[in-house]
Amino acid sequence: MNRNLKLKDKSVFLVLLILTILGLVPFMWMISTSFKSTGSLMAIPIEWIPKEATFASYVKIFTQLPFARSLLNSTIVSVASTLLTITSSSLAAFVFAKFDFKYKNILFTLFLASMMIPIQVTGIPIFIILMKLGLINSYLGVIIPTVFNVFAIFLLRQYMKNISNDFIEAAYMDGASFFQVYWKIVMPMSIVPVTTLLVINFMGYWNDYFWPLIVLTNQDLMTLPVLLSRLNTQYTTEVNTLMAGSLVSMIPILVLYSFAQKYFIRGIQEGGIK
Amino acid sequence: MKTMEKKVRFYIILFLLPSVLGFIVFSLLPMLSALFLSFTDWDVIGGSPNLIGLKNYIDILKSEEFLRVIFNTMKFISLYIPGIITLSLGVALMFNSNVKHVAVFRVLLFIPVLTSWIAGSLIWRSVLSGQYGMLNNLLAIIGIQGPAWLTDPKWAMISIVIVSIWKDLGFFSLIIFGGLRGIDRTLYEAAEIDGANGFQILKKITIPLVTPTLFFVLVTTMISSFQLFSQIMVMTAGGPMGATQVMVERIYTYGFRYFEMGYATALSILLLIVIVTITLIQLILQKKWVYYE
Repeated sequence: MNRNLKLKDKSVFLVLLILTILGLVPFMWMISTSFKSTGSLMAIPIEWIPKEATFASYVKIFTQLPFARSLLNSTIVSVASTLLTITSSSLAAFVFAKFDFKYKNILFTLFLASMMIPIQVTGIPIFIILMKLGLINSYLGVIIPTVFNVFAIFLLRQYMKNISNDFIEAAYMDGASFFQVYWKIVMPMSIVPVTTLLVINFMGYWNDYFWPLIVLTNQDLMTLPVLLSRLNTQYTTEVNTLMAGSLVSMIPILVLYSFAQKYFIRGIQEGGIK
Repeated sequence: MKTMEKKVRFYIILFLLPSVLGFIVFSLLPMLSALFLSFTDWDVIGGSPNLIGLKNYIDILKSEEFLRVIFNTMKFISLYIPGIITLSLGVALMFNSNVKHVAVFRVLLFIPVLTSWIAGSLIWRSVLSGQYGMLNNLLAIIGIQGPAWLTDPKWAMISIVIVSIWKDLGFFSLIIFGGLRGIDRTLYEAAEIDGANGFQILKKITIPLVTPTLFFVLVTTMISSFQLFSQIMVMTAGGPMGATQVMVERIYTYGFRYFEMGYATALSILLLIVIVTITLIQLILQKKWVYYE
């Protein structure tokens, strides 16, 4: 019996190991390719590990291509969008969780129903609205639509509902204002879902493609995914440059993940359980 | 007390305002105008839109291209959904065991999920490249000559499926793993005392109790299958010979390449109808197989 268990454990370990290697091998390929010179890209037989590793691709993306600018663009857009989403969603979630008002259920149902509508349906009219507002080719054109985020409202509302009303009433008794109750009582107590949303939304906005692709056509404003896809058509054969760019675009998220791993996992699982 | 109530009502409105305005400007109004535009011939350059009734819809439904798009999407769904569900259930079951270093595997298998679709697709375009790609050179070692994955119409959609499973496996494994952890331990103990073997436990306890999570995965993957976009834009751009043309890629091409906004919005409304219909069907069918305690 014990022996059987050990054998089972070993085979599970082996299968997981193989799957993980399969999952990560493309990244090894990316790293290896990014250090190849343009000449050795088409060497036959192929070089699994570059014979003469070179940083040329990395130098190129930062000197001849606007990668530094793009990193800045992505940072500005992702940070601002995340903060906007969390501010507007936590305000709404607080009210939905703790107060009764007319049409509350209708409004909440409408919000939830809007989750069914993909951005590709509303994309063209939103593009026209932003064009009329003069926000095409501006950071704001990417950031402002993130003000409405049903998933964030939903997650925060679920959590805030469980905060005891006693805290809120006690604060009222002490003369706290409506805003103070939100900012000094409810928000600090919701630090776990807020942090979860911070990392999940940051990752989502950092990696987002469809919307920035439509709004940002000026190369100086492009976020990393948009710039990368642009380079993909301009430098199709320079795979080393494309791989170096891909790697650089991943680093901030990997760093964030290594620090805040449990929040990523929590965010994914709470999204799944609903 | 009355002023207090008034004050509270003022704050309620104030706090809801950003989200409600966002909902109206970026969801409700765009939804209604998309519906309106889909009945027009608007092309941005040619001035104001003219109402042309159902012409866009009729043109789409009569076109061979639309048939091809549906066929391509079905091909994707029929491979991707069984693949991702079986694999992520399997991985989740392994995550749920107490094998050594299982936590490390959970962390590592999540890395493709963190990668943007664009970076991931760029990497795979290089991995799948016919002559100089990683995969074909690996296959050559064991004596198999791999196809030209992305330029052969027979293999292009299969390539998209492989990449999508690679990207999503860590995500759905983790979700199902979350569902597995929610199962009451005492049920397993009771089954073991009754002498049930591993397979019986899996079939009679684990799978039925994780069906609510599997239902969520099915609905989500089905919706995302109709929204395929980034990986196609980078890896095949709809080609070769239209073998990977799909709804959203078409919406983008007509809307933002040809500026045929009327036609593109009609396509997008059809996309919405398909998504809503399929989700509703799944909600109805769930009674037949999803087990709620």
